[in-house]
Amino acid sequence: MNEFLILSIVVLIYIVITGYVGYLAWKRTKTADDYMVAGRETHPFIMALSYGATFISTAAIVGFGGISGVYGMGLLWLTFLNILVGIFIAFVFFGKRTRKMGHNLGALTFPEFLSKRFDSKFIQYFSGLIIFFGMTLYASVVLIGMARFVETTLNLDYTMALIGLAVIVALYVIFGGIRGVMYTDALQGSIMFVVMFILLVATYWIMGGVTDANQALTNLVNIVPAQATATATATGFTGWTSMPALGSPFWWTLVSTLILGVGIGVLSQPQLVVRFMTVKSNKELNRAVLIGGIFICLMTGTAFVVGALSNVYFFDKLGQLAIQVVDGNADKIIPAFISASMPLWFAYLFMIALLSAAMSTLSAQVHVQGTALGRDVYETLTKIKGDSSVFIARIGIALAMILAVIMGLILPTNIIAVGTSLWFSITAGAFLSMYVFALFWKGCTKAGAISGLVVGTLVSLFWLVFEYKKSAEALSIAKALTGQAVLTTAVPWPTVDPIVIALPVAFVVTVVVSLLTKAPSKEHLEKCFQGVN
Amino acid sequence: MVLGINDPWIWGAYIGCILVTLLCVVYGILNWNKGGEDEKGQIKEEVKWHEKEKEMQEKELGLWDEEDA
Repeated sequence: MNEFLILSIVVLIYIVITGYVGYLAWKRTKTADDYMVAGRETHPFIMALSYGATFISTAAIVGFGGISGVYGMGLLWLTFLNILVGIFIAFVFFGKRTRKMGHNLGALTFPEFLSKRFDSKFIQYFSGLIIFFGMTLYASVVLIGMARFVETTLNLDYTMALIGLAVIVALYVIFGGIRGVMYTDALQGSIMFVVMFILLVATYWIMGGVTDANQALTNLVNIVPAQATATATATGFTGWTSMPALGSPFWWTLVSTLILGVGIGVLSQPQLVVRFMTVKSNKELNRAVLIGGIFICLMTGTAFVVGALSNVYFFDKLGQLAIQVVDGNADKIIPAFISASMPLWFAYLFMIALLSAAMSTLSAQVHVQGTALGRDVYETLTKIKGDSSVFIARIGIALAMILAVIMGLILPTNIIAVGTSLWFSITAGAFLSMYVFALFWKGCTKAGAISGLVVGTLVSLFWLVFEYKKSAEALSIAKALTGQAVLTTAVPWPTVDPIVIALPVAFVVTVVVSLLTKAPSKEHLEKCFQGVN
Repeated sequence: MVLGINDPWIWGAYIGCILVTLLCVVYGILNWNKGGEDEKGQIKEEVKWHEKEKEMQEKELGLWDEEDA
């Protein structure tokens, strides 16, 4: 009981500090610029941490950390891509151009940026609608994860936890706008950074150092009884420090979903792209590369290394593998390892870090949904502009949060992974080709961009509904229409992520249509690319 | 064997993560003060941007008033 009281107090203090930071943001928010792009004068430290904390949700730490507990360190390729693509390429090559072009065009949201670049209102409200509805599912799965976590750790009723958390996040996003989101993100990111750093050092410490711990993990596959890893081996597992068998189902999942889907799909995430437009100059982006690189390396790197190494610890102490200790639920591997190996105060800190990870992702999601509905859909269709855009964005955020709560009460728990991959696939299919060409190819036309957007969206939706096993089975639409869970069961198609199909198709369609249609005017291109080297 | 790991694909990823983080750090340090608004052209541009933004905002608000009326 005493411990529970301490934990409750710690959580309460955390929420009060978050509330105070949100209040500071609200005091500094006056205009639409403030509300949507933080007046374009965000400090690089806040920008980088906000980007990182939004990027990394609880699923990345606990979910993927648990997966590495089952399949091993191959997941480190995801960390590699997260840093190389998600930070370095995103900031240096995409971020700088986006910031400059966004400013040239006076864009406040990602759809508005694309729409003004290609001079098409359709792009704005179509993208706005994709974001609003696609993000609803993604936001609700983050909320579900967060509420389930509070339910188990604080013994709160699930519905109460769900509504309580939604209200807290909604309050500081509705009133504080993007400043509310980014200031709290920076606080939450700092907590996550410290906690994951301690976790990495402590884990290697208790296992006798980096080489000894890794070596023990390498040797483990030869010590454990074959039946303990039988399920994993059947799908391609070869050991915790070796890659899965080439072409096996797990190899495809690792390479296509995790590495391509999440690693590359990150480039066209609207809630991340908008952050490039919140800084004043390239200097802030240059500095943010340093902070963001270290942050992401420490977040996912720690989760994947610790997840895999937990097998050594559990086998040594209990004679069981991590997945056996948690009765087959990989999501529980990281929490189980922490409660077994770390002192109680750290377990509490870790809970706060997880709460931070979820809240920072959720706040960015509902903010981007609100602005998509207010600025991109409502304003574009009604042509009403001005202060009302903030008001409508606020209503949009409230609406998004209510939708997320309703879905959180309806959806089953196992929807978390599917919801996340649906979102990454749809956004990559819809936006990535258009976004790349917006920044790097002057020859891309309005018709080309629209074709790529529509075809990319439709192809990824088709693949998600009819062929990609994880989502097709969960949605059951294919089953209802064709009688089969997926259209073809031939390997590897059911495990191939939609991004592998939709992205190349969208690229080809955009290029072909652009080459066949009239090039944009010189004046328009000059305006877009002014000062972009 | 590197860092207790046999498979070059895995220790490659392990070392790769560290190297790519170092790339970010070195890039950040080398460009710490570059691309800032202290450069002449940038200051000029900022002033222009601000003027334009002010103009746009006034225009937007004006439009709102017109429609409101």
